[in-house]
Amino acid sequence: MTSPSHDSRLAQWFHRRGWSDITIAIPYGWLLLFFLVPFVIVVAMSVATRTPTAPPFGFGGEHPWVNLTGYQRLFTDDLYIRAFLTSLTNAAAATVFCLLIGYPMALGLTRVSKGWRNILLMLVILPFWTSFLLRVYAWMGLMGSSSWFNKMLTGAWNGLVPVDWAVKSIPMMHTNFAVVLVMVYTYLPFMILPLFANLERLDPTLDEAAMDLGTRPFGVFWDVTLPQSIPGIIAGGMLVFIPAAGELVIPSLVGDAGSPMIGRVIQDEFSSARDWPMASTVAVALLILMVGPTMIYSHFQGRAEARPKQDEGQRVTDSDLVTGATP
Amino acid sequence: MKRSPVFLISVLCFGFAFFYIPILSMIFFSFNESRLATVWGGFSTKWYVALWKNKQVMTALILSVQIALLSATFATILGTMAGVALARFRKFRGRTFFSGMVNAPLIMPEVITGISMLMLFILMAETVGWPGARGFTTITLAHITFAMVYVTTIVHSRMLSADRSIEEAAMDLGSRPWQVMRDVTLPVISPAILSGWLLAFTISLDDVVISSFVTGPGYTTLPLLIWSKVKLGVTPDINALATIIVVTVAVVVAIAGTVMARAERRRAAEERLAYRDNG
Repeated sequence: MTSPSHDSRLAQWFHRRGWSDITIAIPYGWLLLFFLVPFVIVVAMSVATRTPTAPPFGFGGEHPWVNLTGYQRLFTDDLYIRAFLTSLTNAAAATVFCLLIGYPMALGLTRVSKGWRNILLMLVILPFWTSFLLRVYAWMGLMGSSSWFNKMLTGAWNGLVPVDWAVKSIPMMHTNFAVVLVMVYTYLPFMILPLFANLERLDPTLDEAAMDLGTRPFGVFWDVTLPQSIPGIIAGGMLVFIPAAGELVIPSLVGDAGSPMIGRVIQDEFSSARDWPMASTVAVALLILMVGPTMIYSHFQGRAEARPKQDEGQRVTDSDLVTGATP
Repeated sequence: MKRSPVFLISVLCFGFAFFYIPILSMIFFSFNESRLATVWGGFSTKWYVALWKNKQVMTALILSVQIALLSATFATILGTMAGVALARFRKFRGRTFFSGMVNAPLIMPEVITGISMLMLFILMAETVGWPGARGFTTITLAHITFAMVYVTTIVHSRMLSADRSIEEAAMDLGSRPWQVMRDVTLPVISPAILSGWLLAFTISLDDVVISSFVTGPGYTTLPLLIWSKVKLGVTPDINALATIIVVTVAVVVAIAGTVMARAERRRAAEERLAYRDNG
């Protein structure tokens, strides 16, 4: 529902009594102190100079107020370039695989009966509420070289491939493959839920019309369904790509220590190397990389919200929102 | 309903197998007699007994629940205020900036949130002498900040979808503004407040990255404890702990989901009835 641009009478009354000022000021102040100030500290720290003393940074005095060597190192030091590339390719691969698995699943969910749909939706949402760390851990149990899953794969492979190609176990743990696999696993609900919300709203009569006009089923999908679901694809893609690019837990547990992702680099610079300025520089660079995709995302979201109220009757429930609309 | 194509059904089956096989395998191996987490050595519940006796786990659990209860409650209060402000007060100075600050943490990588908070706490301790040591207070403050933006999003969108004309009607019928708030607005947004609290509680109970930055010696939450153990590999006692957590969450979510769906259906039915009778 679009709200009118003026305040309701109720709101006006609260304005007059000053209650609105309190309602605004308390959360506003909190965010200023605990979100904006820390953010400003990171940006300032990214141009500070590293010192061997504690705290390990300095501005002014013998140090330049603005030290851009950190930003120079981003482009010259191989470590950062490789970490950014690893993060971006892993996140992009996870997004593509989430889309390839999630799109047909979301489409399938719109085609099953109402009773089944609610049960299956609950089953998609359930892993989202279950501990993230434990979902990563569950895969560690499967990927080990002595796990039944690994043995099953090699067993199946042994039957399929010539004997001398056979492998004892597939090295899955501590590879970029493992990172992408676990990211697909943990972020798949973020792809399915917005896609499902989008696909569910599509007008089925359009499909039928296309069918009546002689389009083949795949043609209906390609020419009718897919173009209409682009907002859902973009929403789901952003919800997967953005957290995946900054991921820290998954690469530290199942990733290849030799090709760290950017979250790991930030943590190492900060904790092990005690180079706060460089950690902040990398953090700012990561944020800048995130801003691009996010702006595309909010652009599409804004367009979706501005669209006429065709889905007035299908109000999104709070439980949908918890799982679907927020990352 | 349309006939379901075989392809989509098989994708759904594959997808749900993908979702649940790792978790089921983990539950299965939590009942493993063997010390080796991946080789089956017979049925046993000894890891659950060991877990029950493990003081470290119990201490971490209690700390986690305390922090989650406290931070979810504060996050819900702050988030509800922010959600109401954004939905009902159309014009105030810095509104755009405020709504930007509400949305930004949602897309900020956790590692950056963690580092920035830690730097804030260190610099605050040096300049104003508070918070003195990192631990309970700093984790709770970080969790409140992180969780309140989720509550804001939920409450905000619920208020936008709620019909303001009911409030106006209540005013016309002579209700005092506080009465309108209590009898009209609050009941409408209470499901959103409740799910916001639940989400904030879960977020706090589940957080590893931000807690790992802002914690201090002696303050190990349950996820931090699991994190430090899991880094060393897969073990049957962690399988048992994970099983308990996963099953508890599944039961709570299933109950909450059913209750909320039922309440939602009842509300929708009542609304339909009201419109039919009066319209």
